[in-house]
Amino acid sequence: GKLTLLCDAKTDGSFLVHHFLSFYLKANCKVCFVALVQSFSHYNIVGRKLGVSLTAARECGQLVFLEGLKSSVDVFFRAQAEPHPLQFLREADVGNLQPLYEFIREALKPMEDGQAAWRYPVLLVDDLSVLLSLGLGAVAGLDFMHYCRVAVCWEQKGNIVALVHDSGDAEDEENDILLNGLSHQSHLILRAEGLATGFCRDVHGQLKILWRTPSQPAAQRDRSLTYQYKIQDKSVSFFAKGMSPAVL
Amino acid sequence: MAAAADCGTGAGSTGSIGAAACKNNVTSFQRKGPRASGTDSGCSRLVSIAGTRPSVRNGQLLVSTGLPALDQLLGGGLAVGTVLLIEEDKYNTYSSLLFKFFLAEGIINGHTLLVASAKEDPADILQELPAPLLDDNCKKDFDEDVCNHKTPDSNIKMKIAWRYQLLPKMESGPVSSSRFGHYYDASKRMPQELIEESKWHGFFFPEKLSSTLTTEPRSLTGGYRKLLQFIQNVIYEEGFDGSNPQKKQKNILRIGIQNLGSPLWGDDICCTENCDNSHSLTKFLYVLRGLLRTSLSACIITMPTHLIQNKAVISRVTNLSDTVVGLESFTGSGRETNPLYKDYHGLIHIRQIPRLNNLIYDVSDVKDLAFKLKRKLFTIECITKLTSYGTQGQKYLLPGHLQRKFAINKNRYFRTLHNLNKTY
Repeated sequence: GKLTLLCDAKTDGSFLVHHFLSFYLKANCKVCFVALVQSFSHYNIVGRKLGVSLTAARECGQLVFLEGLKSSVDVFFRAQAEPHPLQFLREADVGNLQPLYEFIREALKPMEDGQAAWRYPVLLVDDLSVLLSLGLGAVAGLDFMHYCRVAVCWEQKGNIVALVHDSGDAEDEENDILLNGLSHQSHLILRAEGLATGFCRDVHGQLKILWRTPSQPAAQRDRSLTYQYKIQDKSVSFFAKGMSPAVL
Repeated sequence: MAAAADCGTGAGSTGSIGAAACKNNVTSFQRKGPRASGTDSGCSRLVSIAGTRPSVRNGQLLVSTGLPALDQLLGGGLAVGTVLLIEEDKYNTYSSLLFKFFLAEGIINGHTLLVASAKEDPADILQELPAPLLDDNCKKDFDEDVCNHKTPDSNIKMKIAWRYQLLPKMESGPVSSSRFGHYYDASKRMPQELIEESKWHGFFFPEKLSSTLTTEPRSLTGGYRKLLQFIQNVIYEEGFDGSNPQKKQKNILRIGIQNLGSPLWGDDICCTENCDNSHSLTKFLYVLRGLLRTSLSACIITMPTHLIQNKAVISRVTNLSDTVVGLESFTGSGRETNPLYKDYHGLIHIRQIPRLNNLIYDVSDVKDLAFKLKRKLFTIECITKLTSYGTQGQKYLLPGHLQRKFAINKNRYFRTLHNLNKTY
């Protein structure tokens, strides 16, 4: 039951999302993927490059995929009979994410018929900052994550991976609240940043890994590591700082 | 004309090379709706849409933005189903020009247009489109090089060469508009016949103010809601989302939205820092992208981001758009008299390029780009400059500035200057 927070600042951290998606699918876990940013075919194609097939996983029930862009069009233009996970798009004032939470809970419920083919459930969210753009407050986002943690991490002993953008100097207060709140709750923080010296062709960015133990404040020192990376067509190569093959 | 027919087959072979490339890459892909990820049988269908070509990197279907230089900077063109956001320059001179290039490209290729504006009547906008450049001596091979997407070199220099080629408007079948990317003459107007032949829908916001459409959902301000419903109606009725199987030939819908976010749309995001409907614009963009992803359309939006007070909104808008290009013109600013920028009218910043269907994306090495509008043409060039750390902190240019510093009597026409010309 771990919460992993993916954070990106000034660069695109979506390669981490693709990695975790393929990782958990290969590990035979039941995955609920809330994809708010891109379409299914995008993840599918990248997944094939990384060695998993999302269509096959979806058909056999291992993957529950909520495609945000497509469903938002349905929700927005046609009034739905039953509550839709993205119901907050229709509401004028600040909505809440309860329908979405119910959807996730329903999706990750263990099968009653005993055919437990999958290992522990995983929830992937890409990404939470978009929810802020869609009219929800930071508090609603934090509440939602809290509910999900209770349901997924504690009750079902699953994992959660969520991506949040770091706005840096753009002074997005709501985003900062969300990011800081989640950082305190998470067990592992992966932070992808652009290089401080600017754009480089061979090194695409820097990844900081921070292991935390939220339950024991200040008892142990948090471990952290920093790597630099270069994204290639089918994989990402990591190397220690300054040890890029282009430099050596 | 025989020349035109040659060019047509030449461009057609380009398309088939692209199709072969995407066949090799995408062996067992499943085509998911009209969003072109490419399949074996799908490739041949995709190429037959006029004015499009598959990307060499991932088989994504691309359309031209109307400016071949910008196409090359964006990795071959604008992907179908994505949004191109242009951050306007201060007086909206050059961004409206890019907007018109996009629409003119649609007319030349026979695409359907949807023009939305709160400031000008779409019919007037269409009257002001630039005319395409024609030249009878077409050099087919050279033109293929310009049109093809190659990996940009470090000295990427999109100098417009002297041979232009445009297939004349023989509209019948895919042979005619199979060329990708045309050049436009900004000083002339597009011929009236071409505009009248084209199919377009206009959305002029002041006209729609009084009309009563369905009032829900109330989560967006009125202008955005009506625009979204209009766009959705057009997509649905004309079958761009694949819902109408009788449509014999697929076409692309080009959507152009001008000055989105300005107060004329009923949004006060440019007026105050903490506005009531601060989420209207971002919600609009999200639902618009959802519409685009499920249909064969591409969208250009110009937004006066320099007026938006709240920086957080700008970063959210950037995250919600696919491709973001910022224009910064020198008119009225201190840079107009700066000798560094003497020949140019402004800077162009490519702020974001999407990674679609891929972990990586094309990004050019050149980050300093400037544009200029000569008498006829809009060109984009790169500026290279060296900053000296030393005596007076002056900027030394390479190599023309050195010449100017040390050989005062040199004729100015021999200054090779800061733009690296690649002449053909």
